[in-house]
Amino acid sequence: MGSIKDKVAIIGMGCTRFGERWDMGYSDLMVEAFLECVEDAGMEPKDIQAAWLGTQFTEVNQGVSGLPLAETLHLPYIPVTHVENMCASGSEALRGACYAVAAGIYDNALAFGVEKLKDIGYGGLPDFSLGAAGKYEGLFTPNVTAPGAFAMMATSYFAKYGLSPDEGKMMLAKVSSKSHHNGSMCEKAHLRREVPVEAIVKAPIVAWPLGLYDCCGVSDGAAAAIVVRAEDAKKFRNDPVYVKALQIADSTGEELMYTDYDYAHVETTTRAAAKAYQEAGIKNPREEISMAEVHDCFSITEAVTMEDLQFSPRGKVKEDIDAGRFNLDGAQPIQTDGGLKCFGHPIGASGIRMMYEEYKQLQGKCGPRQVKNPKFGMTHNLGGFPPHCVISAFIVGL
Amino acid sequence: MAGIISYGVHIPWHRINRMVIYSAMGFLNPATFTGGEKAVANYDEDSVTMAVNAGMECLNGIDRNTIDGVYFASVTMPFKERQNAAIIATALDLRSDIKTADFASCTKSGTTALLAACDAIKAGSAKSILVCASDCRLALPGSLQEEYFGDGAAAFLIGENDVIADFQGSHSVSYDFRDTWRADFDKFNRQWEDRWIRDEGYGKFIPEAISGLAKKYNLDPKDVAKAAYPCLYAATHPRIGKSLGLEPTQVQEHLFATVGNTGNADSLILLAAALDDANPKDNVVVASWGSGSDALLFQATEKISADKTGKVKKALESKKMLDNYAKYLTFRNIMEVDKGMGRGESVPWEMASLSWRYRRTLLGLVGSKCKKCGTPQFPAQHICVNPSCKAVDEMEPYRFSDKEGHLFTYTGDNLAFTYNPPAIYGMVDFEGGGRSWFDLTDCDLDALKVGIPVGMSFRRKYIDEKRGNYGYFWKAVPV
Repeated sequence: MGSIKDKVAIIGMGCTRFGERWDMGYSDLMVEAFLECVEDAGMEPKDIQAAWLGTQFTEVNQGVSGLPLAETLHLPYIPVTHVENMCASGSEALRGACYAVAAGIYDNALAFGVEKLKDIGYGGLPDFSLGAAGKYEGLFTPNVTAPGAFAMMATSYFAKYGLSPDEGKMMLAKVSSKSHHNGSMCEKAHLRREVPVEAIVKAPIVAWPLGLYDCCGVSDGAAAAIVVRAEDAKKFRNDPVYVKALQIADSTGEELMYTDYDYAHVETTTRAAAKAYQEAGIKNPREEISMAEVHDCFSITEAVTMEDLQFSPRGKVKEDIDAGRFNLDGAQPIQTDGGLKCFGHPIGASGIRMMYEEYKQLQGKCGPRQVKNPKFGMTHNLGGFPPHCVISAFIVGL
Repeated sequence: MAGIISYGVHIPWHRINRMVIYSAMGFLNPATFTGGEKAVANYDEDSVTMAVNAGMECLNGIDRNTIDGVYFASVTMPFKERQNAAIIATALDLRSDIKTADFASCTKSGTTALLAACDAIKAGSAKSILVCASDCRLALPGSLQEEYFGDGAAAFLIGENDVIADFQGSHSVSYDFRDTWRADFDKFNRQWEDRWIRDEGYGKFIPEAISGLAKKYNLDPKDVAKAAYPCLYAATHPRIGKSLGLEPTQVQEHLFATVGNTGNADSLILLAAALDDANPKDNVVVASWGSGSDALLFQATEKISADKTGKVKKALESKKMLDNYAKYLTFRNIMEVDKGMGRGESVPWEMASLSWRYRRTLLGLVGSKCKKCGTPQFPAQHICVNPSCKAVDEMEPYRFSDKEGHLFTYTGDNLAFTYNPPAIYGMVDFEGGGRSWFDLTDCDLDALKVGIPVGMSFRRKYIDEKRGNYGYFWKAVPV
């Protein structure tokens, strides 16, 4: 199997402010992210050769195909590919752009993620039965919401490792509190305030045992990246960020139907991460990955992901959380911009928004939340539910 | 020769004390208080789901391939056109070369279906027929019927061999007696004066049917072990027995104070209760009510269960009291409630062609089992899910509805819309293999723990008001 390592570089990125952008539609969000991106890249829009667009809930108001992006940005008759792969849709768009450039077909490509969620009229994500789940599955699957699907992972994690509900909830509260601290320093975040662990554990229950602050926000947003061949990168800027690994893995169905899966980890993350480390030449992720933006749609997801990415030994993440390992001043900072917890999760935009943070950190542009001398940054998306998901595990570096 | 091979009952988990109803609605009609409690179908139950669950108990341990027909009796069938008995037969995973029929329009149809099954067996046109009777009647808030009507179901397997009670004979009377009625444009029943119904109706037709039966078969009142018959009026119930020369001990207790009047299920649940206590050679009479009366005589055989725990008693013991009248109205869809804009309103669009294609999956909870490695899997797969097998098209159908399992993980979800929040769902690992996620019902979140045993129950999954359809599937219930 081949490798993407050091074949492609990111030379420009843009990201909107995330939030309840009541005055902005998907096209307004696209323009906001795009203008920052082309300015950062020092590239004229007319020179873009191909584009990939990641959006999941197209039925909310955007519609399918690449046309919404092509016509909003008035791109010059170039191919625009619409992709959706659950919460990894943005990362999938980036992967497509990188592969096309690495294949030598295009000199550059634009990767775009956008999602306008706050037009659905109720909290949370659009009902999956509207289209995200197949009609057939919808007739027998329970009406599982995202909080419910991940709450079941907390239930089995607590049961497997002998944590009482109070102990488990305290562990998770520290995860969320840390992200709120980081998010309070990030001007593009949706939720920008500190939340103490005491308030988190006492918050109303959304899906037992997860409370309000165990859940990420729901917001609108867009993010974009322009990639070029690695050898051309320095023509655009002196601090390009090189792609080291792009891995996607999908569930096999075993987790849902076969009885080996423990629902206390995400097998798909474990598999995608192992391949990403191999692709990037990472031997010891706990020591070598400087920082990561992981898919903290819920606090339990982040906790379990630390184990699946081999940042913490299996069943031991609580010790690392208690020791502050993942705090901004810890050995391996996670969610340095506040993560999904503070940005919210406009599905298609999240993967590229995460990459935006790694890109800016590697360039040393993150001010009060700057990580000291990062070498490798990682992004991770979990699309779907723990036993039924699409995972992306990407690594970038200088 | 024909008789009862087995039987089952379903009494909903929820009960409401009639004082809770009266406290809310008694102001309107102060003379309505009747005391005791009644059974209330959960928000996900209707007469078809309750019939299936009674049928599941009835068919426990019986080869489904031996069943030649399903007769369903109810005045509250969810579908006016689309055979309800056929839904029940599919949910029970029966053969397709069988007779199915709906018996409707009056509350005596349960016994009429029982009689039709006995006649078919005697005539040799079938070897065994499942009879289900179920009702879930709505009543206007503040009415007497609101206190009278309870919800429940019973099922009887009628056949020729291995019977626990022999069918001896019957006597029927038919009258167009408009005590209670509902025209095709009405949602709720209407009723004539109670004193007239009591004296001219119950006081005459049931005695006429039972005495006609006794005369036809030379049955002396003292030779009756139990007479099981309904009466809407608890105080009148013993007087009917007395008029027939029966002692109070020969009359099956009416369950009015525990379940309420369950329409078509009423006589059959009482018959089940009588059989629970019956000994070999006992004569058991069952009579019904509604546009006349059927009376049937059964005699218990040596095969009657020596275990006197009782299926009805067991069903009565498992219960949860509803302490909230508004919740009762909500469960029965009597009062419109705020489902939330969007989330609560959206239901999967059931395509008839798709539901037909996957009917064994969607109604029967039938998955597949790999013939190579023996792994059960749901839904049915072409390629075996076992990572060390992956055999292609080596599957045979495998029914999960009659398997027990244990709760592997779960949650109580306050975001998902349900008429009874939180929405409780979880993963079930089946004994013998197989895993899937299911809604849980008839339980409280606080009572759940990882690892507890669960069984499957047939339920209504959604109401599609836009397309006029009910969707059904199976849920897990703690055992």
